Amino acid sequence: MIEFSSAVLLTSFFAGLLGALTGLGGGVVIVPALALLFHVDLRYAIGASLISVIATSSGAAVAYVREGFSNVRIGMFLEVATTLGAVGGAYLAARVSTPAIGIIFGVTLLYSAWSSFREPPNETPHPPNALAEKLKLSGDYPADNGRVAYLAQNVPAGFGIMFIAGILSGLLGIGSGAVKVLAMDHAMKLPFKVSTTTSNFMIGVTAAASAGIYLGRGYIAPGLVAPVMLGVLAGSLLGARLLVRIRVPVLRVVFAVVIVALGVEMIYSGATGRL
Amino acid sequence: MASEADLKMDMAISRMLRAGVSIAAFVVLAGWSLYLWQAHGVGPDYLHFHGVPSPADRLTPVFEGIRHLDSSSIIRLGILLLIATPIMRVAFCVYSFAVQKDKVYVLISSVVLTVLLYSFFRR
Repeated sequence: MIEFSSAVLLTSFFAGLLGALTGLGGGVVIVPALALLFHVDLRYAIGASLISVIATSSGAAVAYVREGFSNVRIGMFLEVATTLGAVGGAYLAARVSTPAIGIIFGVTLLYSAWSSFREPPNETPHPPNALAEKLKLSGDYPADNGRVAYLAQNVPAGFGIMFIAGILSGLLGIGSGAVKVLAMDHAMKLPFKVSTTTSNFMIGVTAAASAGIYLGRGYIAPGLVAPVMLGVLAGSLLGARLLVRIRVPVLRVVFAVVIVALGVEMIYSGATGRL
Repeated sequence: MASEADLKMDMAISRMLRAGVSIAAFVVLAGWSLYLWQAHGVGPDYLHFHGVPSPADRLTPVFEGIRHLDSSSIIRLGILLLIATPIMRVAFCVYSFAVQKDKVYVLISSVVLTVLLYSFFRR
């Protein structure tokens, strides 16, 4: 009992650390770790991960919002899509079989690993965009040479991808940061710093939208959630501090290998019905 | 471009999130310490899903449990406080946008708040 709890705490700590260092979040590591290493039922693993995701997102957002990177208006507008998606995803979670969730999870892991290597698109001057202006989806953020202004593009496409990000979050108990960043930097052409930090800021609200439904379903097991939440939170806070000091590229390769391995294992376990 | 009012809102959100996460983490830590101290032998079974649509997560049983020093109830309170943190943040945004007379964003943040409250209270 104590051994199990300390092992889960330690694993969650490393999941949070790696999640923060690579920007993918702790959820994508802790769910497969709990399911594959500790043989925890996937639904308990997803529930515990979702709660830890609320903690880390809100914890990291404290600094990002204060320093003016996260855009509260853009975040709020897109949260309409992610929260609706998250409620839908949480409902789906009860209807989709566990092996199928495992396979979807594995595919999402592979996508996340791939996306962490993709170059952010070049930042080009943004043409006027009537819808974005009406919704005030603009702002500026601190850079080396003063404040840089930006304006969102392709608003409907970004909104649509955010809805999918919400569904994945509610279905898999993860922040789905990789999909959120895709919506913001590739579709809406927002600066990389703004899209990653605003994505992080949104994750807490998105996860809170499915958490209520998870609670009602009995996915939240207090004795498991406690070490996962505390471990992931501590790990991600340390990760955020280390991020300024250590070289990330090497780490990204190591982490991507881990993610790909977990993804393949999840797909295999799902396909052979071992989840 | 960011107005004075927006900057003030950002600072308030930042403080609110820090307070919420710190309090929730402290309550969960306290509950979990008690949980481990009270635990004897084998722990609960997480290998198989029991799927009890737990009435224990409603506020009344949680407070009832805390009165009896039930560690799970203390952890549940911490979890509820954590889920409430982003909900409070959105509620605060509705208020801030109203003060700024930004009608579009009062509407947008009210929609988000409605979805969150629906999910939280529908059980």
